[in-house]
Amino acid sequence: MTRSPTQFVLAARVLHWLMALLIVSMLFIGVGMVASVSERHAWLISIHKPLGIAILLLAVVRLIVRLRNPPPPLPADLPALQKFAAHASHWLLYVLMLLIPLVGWAMLSAGGYPVMLSDSLRLPSIFPANAVAFAVLRHAHAWLAMLLLLTFLAHLGAALYHGLIRRDGVLRSMVGGRAP
Amino acid sequence: MNAPSQFPAPPPLSRSSMLLRFALIGAVLLIVVLAFGYVGGWLAPQRLTAQRMVNQLQANAGVFPGYRRNHAKGVCVAGYFDSNGQAQAFSVAQVFAPGRTPVVGRFAVPVGNPYAPDSSAPIRSMALRFTEANGQQWRSGMNSMPVFPVGTPQAFFELLQAQHPDPASGKPDPAKLGAFFASHPETSAFLAWVKTAKPSASYATESYWSLNAFVLVDANGDKHPVRWRMVAENGNSTPGGSDPNYLDADLAQRLAQGPQRWHLVLTLASPGDPTDDASKEWPADRHEVDAGTLVLTGTEPQESGPCRDINYDPTVLPNGIQISDDPLLPARSAAYATSYLRRTSEEAHLPGTAASHTEAK
Repeated sequence: MTRSPTQFVLAARVLHWLMALLIVSMLFIGVGMVASVSERHAWLISIHKPLGIAILLLAVVRLIVRLRNPPPPLPADLPALQKFAAHASHWLLYVLMLLIPLVGWAMLSAGGYPVMLSDSLRLPSIFPANAVAFAVLRHAHAWLAMLLLLTFLAHLGAALYHGLIRRDGVLRSMVGGRAP
Repeated sequence: MNAPSQFPAPPPLSRSSMLLRFALIGAVLLIVVLAFGYVGGWLAPQRLTAQRMVNQLQANAGVFPGYRRNHAKGVCVAGYFDSNGQAQAFSVAQVFAPGRTPVVGRFAVPVGNPYAPDSSAPIRSMALRFTEANGQQWRSGMNSMPVFPVGTPQAFFELLQAQHPDPASGKPDPAKLGAFFASHPETSAFLAWVKTAKPSASYATESYWSLNAFVLVDANGDKHPVRWRMVAENGNSTPGGSDPNYLDADLAQRLAQGPQRWHLVLTLASPGDPTDDASKEWPADRHEVDAGTLVLTGTEPQESGPCRDINYDPTVLPNGIQISDDPLLPARSAAYATSYLRRTSEEAHLPGTAASHTEAK
């Protein structure tokens, strides 16, 4: 596989689109399960926990891929503020992808719950049982998820701005395909 | 290959084309926000949520920071479950293998006010957390009645609404309660039972029913729908007196004389028995299995005991026990989680909670 400086490497692109799907699904699953008392509540929670751990593991892999393969540079004529926003939001996304699952795991541990990923697969506790810590972590989990939603919206809006308005190759660098 | 800075400049967009593209971007973002708002319930205010259920409990009983939003008056207990191995044929759960599993439990009165008299309700509840050696847990919340008044979360919410105290009398409006029961014929089994029920003088003499159905999974993966109950060895139930607080002292006195015992009796469903409707009893001739003995040895106040920070969510289950299609189970899980978050947030004195109220007491 050849590597072109105008594109993210294939591994980065595959991880990006897979995780985009998982993370957006996860945001909707999370907000939907806490707003439901129906059977949906039970099965959304049973998806939420293993999916969260999957996102955590994929985020670690992705961070390694990202550090080993510097992304293509942003267009030279992009205003400095937009460059800063791009870099800051990308690192914020990495932080949230890693942090939110860890906070969720710690939150269940602090609440004294067994962290069950399936009927029989149980993760160890990563935080001592403590009701005050549970409350803080539970609120943090929700607020960090809202921050992730806002960051995702900014990311999506910026990607479409590059693709539809500036048409500067930034969106193509992640979508793939050849430059015209 | 071109570097991005040398990316061929695209032909400029016309003013109308540019506006259209900005509008398209805005529309995509708006659709995501609206979908999120709908799924999250903010744009669907009529949907029954756990928050609305717990709000109704608070509206009925008041807010007592740090306490459970229902079954608020209670006491911690501790002990163990001695399994006799009889249930192993139906479930691979470690708790059913012969041997001992530690238990942290809680007895309670089903009221929202932790200072209400013990005689406020003719029902007692028993909540248990079994911790298996493999770290998995079985949590169960049971009541001293054989059948639940309603079968769905929506009907339960309407019952709570009908129980809302009239501001003038401080008591539920009998006309509203009557209208509720008249329009909910599924409550007849519960109403027939409650006519004969009296507030008992002791937690130790009552038997406690799971009410909801669950599913046991055996070693072959075969599923067995089941309900269970804890049957008191000393079933000599007597009505309580006029003192507002007699249950905790009774329990402490009995435990000082020796452990108190219950038998875990599993009732296996026959084909056709409803697993999705806790308002319907199963016929009395169903196959029953005595799975072992619950032995309670000690008690502590709930304000400082180990049960305080446990959410007795009945959907926390070990391998070998699963939830059934009973619609009350996910609703209980969601509502208990909401109650747990509110009371732990109060313990943490987080901003926006009613915690400052406690400090004044």
